[in-house]
Amino acid sequence: MNLQTDDFELFGVPRRFAQERAVLESRWKELQREAHPDRFSAQGAAAQRVALQWSVRINEAWQRLKDPLRRAAYLCELHGAPVQAESNTAMPPAFLMQQMAWREALEDARAINELDDLAAAVSRARREALQSCERLIDGAGDYAGAVSQVRALMFIERFAAEVDARLDALQDTPPPATALSAKQGQ
Amino acid sequence: MALLQISEPGQSPDPHQRRIAVGIDLGTTHSLVAAVRHGTAECLPDAAGRVILPSVVRYLVGGGRQIGLEAQDNAAADPENTIASVKRFMGRGLADIPGRDKLPYRFVDQPGMVVLETVAGPKSPVEISAEILATLRYRAEDTFNDDLYGAVITVPAYFDDAQRQATKDAAQLAGLNVLRLINEPTAAAIAYGLDNASEGIYAVFDLGGGTFDISILRLTRGVFEVIATGGDSALGGDDYDRALVDWLLAQTGLEASSATDKTRLKTAARAAKEALTTTESVAFDVPLTLGMAQKVLKRSDFEAATAHLTTRCMGAVRKTLRDARLTRDDIQGVVMVGGSTRMPQIQQAVADFFGRAPLNNLNPDEVVALGAAIQANQLAGNDAAGDLLLLDVIPLSLGIETMGGLVERIVPRNQTIPTAMAQDFTTYKDGQTALALHVVQGERDLVADCRSLARFELRGIPPMAAGAARIRVTFTVDADGLLSVSAKEQGSGAEAHIDVKPSYGLSDDQIATMLQESFTTAEADMAARALAEARVDADRMLLATRSALEADGDLLDADDRAAIDALMQTLRNTAETSTDAQVIEAATTALAKGTEAFAAERMNHGIRKALAGRAVDTI
Repeated sequence: MNLQTDDFELFGVPRRFAQERAVLESRWKELQREAHPDRFSAQGAAAQRVALQWSVRINEAWQRLKDPLRRAAYLCELHGAPVQAESNTAMPPAFLMQQMAWREALEDARAINELDDLAAAVSRARREALQSCERLIDGAGDYAGAVSQVRALMFIERFAAEVDARLDALQDTPPPATALSAKQGQ
Repeated sequence: MALLQISEPGQSPDPHQRRIAVGIDLGTTHSLVAAVRHGTAECLPDAAGRVILPSVVRYLVGGGRQIGLEAQDNAAADPENTIASVKRFMGRGLADIPGRDKLPYRFVDQPGMVVLETVAGPKSPVEISAEILATLRYRAEDTFNDDLYGAVITVPAYFDDAQRQATKDAAQLAGLNVLRLINEPTAAAIAYGLDNASEGIYAVFDLGGGTFDISILRLTRGVFEVIATGGDSALGGDDYDRALVDWLLAQTGLEASSATDKTRLKTAARAAKEALTTTESVAFDVPLTLGMAQKVLKRSDFEAATAHLTTRCMGAVRKTLRDARLTRDDIQGVVMVGGSTRMPQIQQAVADFFGRAPLNNLNPDEVVALGAAIQANQLAGNDAAGDLLLLDVIPLSLGIETMGGLVERIVPRNQTIPTAMAQDFTTYKDGQTALALHVVQGERDLVADCRSLARFELRGIPPMAAGAARIRVTFTVDADGLLSVSAKEQGSGAEAHIDVKPSYGLSDDQIATMLQESFTTAEADMAARALAEARVDADRMLLATRSALEADGDLLDADDRAAIDALMQTLRNTAETSTDAQVIEAATTALAKGTEAFAAERMNHGIRKALAGRAVDTI
């Protein structure tokens, strides 16, 4: 084992898409228990540096393994099918149509419940794409096919973040008029 | 899970085996030092039995100074030279200090960090903080009648890189070996977690004199994982006092027409606030220049006058929960930290929001120092059975400036530390051979809205067409939350590296000089202390090397082994015979340097074995 060992081997879990989050999390903590710089604080600068490298590496693997999207992209890359998100943005027309419909819905949404509905639709699409990833990677070993699902997921996540941001903005603004007058009336 | 160490009479563990390690809460209004004694963490009192040291330093003519209560008592008489709340100036430029016109100090604007002009000359916030830290260090050394091995210092979770670096510099200046900087809310959680052996997700609500911090942590079997942290760095108990003063003036129709009026009102407001913690109403009588401000103040008046502040606190709580992707129902308990959480309206707002009574069984003033002491004890290696592990996060995003004054984020906030993240950049002009990098911290998209941490240059890029160079910029954040940045052109291998010592950054030489100037109370005393410290360091280094050789000597070939043996022999002789601290230090450094490769090899070996062992165990 060394710093270049892949994430799955480092964590001692099978190299596949389907993973138990709880298992990954407890592995992460077990590994950090062994390598964290705090374990070696009494052992000088050289020890701290080496521990830092390992601890950083373990955190990097944890960030990648725990996130299904990044995990899928990583598996595709390990199997010679890099996602190349910057250079390859071609998507099927049906997917693009749906994206446009969502964007319109987001622009039109004024109330929290409308946004909640949209968030639910996005989360359904996300779940379906993740299931396809699992089928394509763990079942069929079709990494090239999985790559297009990963790209779709990237679109979906970016959109989900925008929906969240709108929800945040709505929730942060208290409905002023009614709340204040009610209080003064008390 | 602190176990009481029991030993038979006459068989007590060798006192030199036990390293004295303390936790220090360097607070805005007051500071404390704590240590684990007899298996439990406790705050260490001064000679008069007080554990709280007001964070106030007064400089006197002729180089003397007063620290703590004595300085605080003289603040009104000598406001210019009596520095309170210096924490607010740490790592800050003049423009960053809100309300600076209302402060009595003579600020000198300097690039990076502001300096305060006093009768004893210009003093940086780092030096002033070092006075407080040194006072606590001496207190601890007197308590144990021994030298300190090291200290864990707490900082607010929202502290940026400049503020953390300034805190570390201050500790170094005070002659402290910094084992770790940890976040105040995390320290508080440790104090609670170990006492109550809690598992689950907890919120730490930390409302101090000037700041508000909220952190969400997951506790599992001794692992403290910070999930998200947030707050408001300009919201604290002082704001409650000010709001109360405004309310009183509005009610009485009077105004504060002099500095004395302001001070009196502020003091009276604070006293009234504290009284209202236990009583329902309090009489308020303050003689002002224009008349007597008189009013019977009810707790409900105080609550109404400050409701907007409490609302701001709870807004930050909501935002941090969203960052953590959790709801209030996920929270198992809320730990209260900071004297301002004694206010009943805060207790009530927290209880209402989370639907459960907050945890109050530890003293909110002491809880941070206690947690730091527990962590220090473990880092010093005193707690062999200790299974405490802190996985903290970086509070603010880190990035670099790109074209058009925009920030390219490299490390997002709430990322677990230590961490290293890289991003590739390229040149924008044909034949460009250098690239200026500007490192910033903050959540905003414009560089102008973020905090500037450092600037450095990557040179020696071979001339290429614009866009052809591939420059990888790597941000490494260590376990203290401190950043270093390196840049490398992938084709040519041209490299540049910077430890982000923000622009004010003190070099180690400067620190050494300041150390000497600042603490030469008596020349001989200083020399004796330095010599004793050099010998302790030499012993520590020899001991560490010997045990490393015993354990893993087989990793070395004969030549390397002989070289290390020779360095050890030299150090042993020097430490015994020399009375010059610098000569001993040089020999210690030589051994440290000479064993560096061996130490790295050992560590690598050990960690690889441990991780591989773990992999086999669990599959």
